[in-house]
Amino acid sequence: MTGVNLFLQGIMWIFDPTHSDGSGGIPSRIGEQLAYTFGAVAIASLVAIPLGLWIGHTGRGRDIAVSLSGGLRALPSLGLLIIFALGIGIGFKAPLVSFVILAIPPILAGAYSGLEAVDRRTIDAARAQGMTEWQVLTKVELPLGFSLLVGGIRSGVLQVVATATLAYFASGGALGVFINEGLKTRNYAELMGASILVTALALILEGIFALLQRLFVPRGVAAGRIKDVRSRSTRPRTTVGSPIHEGK
Amino acid sequence: MIEFRAVTKQFPDGTVAVDDFSLIIPARQTTVLVGSSGSGKTTILRMINRMVEKTSGDIEIDGEDIHSLNPVKLRRSIGYVMQNSGLLPHRKVVDNVATVPLLNGVKKAAARDAALRLLDTVGLDRALADRYPSQLSGGQQQRVGVARGLAADPNILLMDEPFGAVDPIVRAELQQELVRIQRDLGKTIVFVTHDIDEAFLLGDQVVLLEKGGRIAQAGSPAEILSQPANDFVATFIGADRGRRALRVEVVNGRNVVVDEDGRPTGVLQS
Repeated sequence: MTGVNLFLQGIMWIFDPTHSDGSGGIPSRIGEQLAYTFGAVAIASLVAIPLGLWIGHTGRGRDIAVSLSGGLRALPSLGLLIIFALGIGIGFKAPLVSFVILAIPPILAGAYSGLEAVDRRTIDAARAQGMTEWQVLTKVELPLGFSLLVGGIRSGVLQVVATATLAYFASGGALGVFINEGLKTRNYAELMGASILVTALALILEGIFALLQRLFVPRGVAAGRIKDVRSRSTRPRTTVGSPIHEGK
Repeated sequence: MIEFRAVTKQFPDGTVAVDDFSLIIPARQTTVLVGSSGSGKTTILRMINRMVEKTSGDIEIDGEDIHSLNPVKLRRSIGYVMQNSGLLPHRKVVDNVATVPLLNGVKKAAARDAALRLLDTVGLDRALADRYPSQLSGGQQQRVGVARGLAADPNILLMDEPFGAVDPIVRAELQQELVRIQRDLGKTIVFVTHDIDEAFLLGDQVVLLEKGGRIAQAGSPAEILSQPANDFVATFIGADRGRRALRVEVVNGRNVVVDEDGRPTGVLQS
């Protein structure tokens, strides 16, 4: 059996109408995979975003956050999942909790590094104009750091959408069920089909979030970036747009 | 009028940036704090709007202790212009200028109108209003910074080396513009620079600072030029050098002013 052949069989497995019915069908498993992803990322965001913003705004607790998120990242997801499954029983809760823990570090890092990336002088100027700390956060730091924050959410989403495949270990459903089933019954078409689904899901989400992230780069900053690229160019410039006039 | 009485600033790391500093900054005049780095001039400036908190001493504005005031309110009542313009990169020029009025609750349309008029004041084309700061030249950004500093019509304008990062030609332009604006508006300007020529050009009162905010000499440019208080001042203003050490030579019956090297710089008018 060649690789291409197997790939085609996987695709055929996906589009086989008998696989799309009911609670164990492909659509509902995809739904579970997505529910884990967005559920875990949403809960993680509730914890990580305020904490990350606080760290980024005050500059306090950064070292702790770095080592904590580093430590969390080092945790093996499967081990975590099994520990929680043993602790709180099988079902959707144990996977969800472990995916939340998985999603926290990237979101936390996105939040505080987003704020840290804002030019200190801009913040100083905003404060000197008479902005309150809250206004500095909401009117300056957040708009300027938002794209990095979305970047953190993006990598959280990616990690969870891939890892959610493990949920079946705790009888938590999702696309891992097919992979497990395919492995056990040597149904390679099913195995391949489910893998394709997970990969496609990850790629689609990645694409959506990459787009979102670009969307959240403030226009003025994006405009400056384009200008920077042009001014770095060593090739003679063609005239683009209207020239900027120095004031009278 | 701004009054410093025995003000000291010690930073948490132990550095005493300003030591026992006393000065009266008269209203509606330009006072220039000039000194090299480490002289505490920026620290002194930033204590006026409480961006730096004094360690001891008193600072009063028109007889009112600024430490009895809310720092946010205080800052909104004082214009602040900094070296790198400090504009918000994600906001258009007009919104940057209107920052403080908007914070103070002025209606958006009114704030925008006022901001456009301020662009005129600082010599910027209104066509730039909808650009972003990154689309402007350094000189234009500084003008926007000045417009923003003036937006809430503050009595006091603090300027921290506002023209330090632009090229000499633009700097000269901006300096002339500031002289003109000050003639029209008569603000209490506190201006920090390390450029003595700029200090003499802009300052009604020039305060020469040594390390730790010690006042080497304070007075009008003419007073300082005619009577440098000590060698430090004389060296700092370059009293013995080039353009400052002028002589008169009689040429064709007229008094020609020449510099140290005998190069003519002008003719004395009688």
